[in-house]
Amino acid sequence: MASYSHAEPVEHVHEEHPPEPHYSSRVPPSVLGMFLFIGSEIMLFGAFFTAYFFVRVVAGTAWPTPPFHLPIFVAFVNTCILVTSSFTMHWALQSVKRGNVWGLRAGLLLTFLMGLTFLVTQGREYSRVGFAPKDGAFATIFYCLTGLHGAHVFVGLSILLFMTIRAFRGHFSPEHHHGVEIGGIYWHFVDVMWIVVYTTVYIL
Amino acid sequence: MRNPLRSEAESFRFLIAVIVGALVIVGAAYLNTWLGVAAAVLAVAGIVWWLKDEPVPGAHDAPPRLDSATPPGTHRVLVVAAPGTSSVQVDARATEIVVVVPALASTVESLTGAVDDRRADAEQTAAALARQLARDGVRVRAEVGADDPVLAVDDALRTFGADEIAVAGDERLVERIRGRATVPVSQV
Repeated sequence: MASYSHAEPVEHVHEEHPPEPHYSSRVPPSVLGMFLFIGSEIMLFGAFFTAYFFVRVVAGTAWPTPPFHLPIFVAFVNTCILVTSSFTMHWALQSVKRGNVWGLRAGLLLTFLMGLTFLVTQGREYSRVGFAPKDGAFATIFYCLTGLHGAHVFVGLSILLFMTIRAFRGHFSPEHHHGVEIGGIYWHFVDVMWIVVYTTVYIL
Repeated sequence: MRNPLRSEAESFRFLIAVIVGALVIVGAAYLNTWLGVAAAVLAVAGIVWWLKDEPVPGAHDAPPRLDSATPPGTHRVLVVAAPGTSSVQVDARATEIVVVVPALASTVESLTGAVDDRRADAEQTAAALARQLARDGVRVRAEVGADDPVLAVDDALRTFGADEIAVAGDERLVERIRGRATVPVSQV
């Protein structure tokens, strides 16, 4: 809800005061930050999905445009790998909450390796798929959507790398594991987005 | 609606819901593409409905009532008045007064940020009331508050410890402010 909630001094009749601070807000900063993040991501992916629906539904472009084929099975295996990585991520966080440091380290390492496998497989898929972004609207949208998601995976992998290094250096404990919590949220978000991308681009 | 990414555990739960939805879509799309599209619409609607009805922790808890403390020998009065109020009377014991006039704006004005006129009205009222209440030995300050009178009181009490609150408004508003503050609230 757009609203301002600060009080501004208008007139000091008898005494001057220092500037007033910005007071309460109806939306807590942490919630507002997450809403802005989700909002920006929705707009980012939404723009690409709009292009996808325009090309496929409004323009009626065949999907995939013959003679091209989408590697549905490879992408399905890749999806399974990425979904599994979310489970290992969850296991890592549950482990650190219970004080199981090796569970945390193993969970993060497995998550990182599976994320890396996903990205490498996607790169290999690009080299073997048989079309390039310049080969029509279908190919452009395919590369844009999967590439945008791949960029998110890359960012997630970077976060995971630092989380794993920190875990092996003993930076996290049952009381202090905020870094794992936030990284986990991001990784699950990336996973959710891939399921949406895979379902719309490869299945429907 | 509940934010599905509030914590790792909640985002993991959201992921599970999305996986289930995706499996339904894939199953339907295997039979027919348009059936898959219909399943996708239903799945998205189902997830939105689920998030909409999920209780947000603490959302229905009443906020703690605000207490305030004042230095000995002072009597501070917080005056809350709607824009357009021409005059108010406050306790003669008052040594410090803060006049807060909320910049009441419609929902559309709030959403579009077109609140300049409402703020100007509130500023005029606040300044006029401050002039009316000013007298020797009394410090008076005028402020424009939030667009909700209760929130304006909430803000003011965080920086101005009041001994009492004088409200130039209807009984319903007085009751709402009584629910937020521990100090005496009177209708003026």
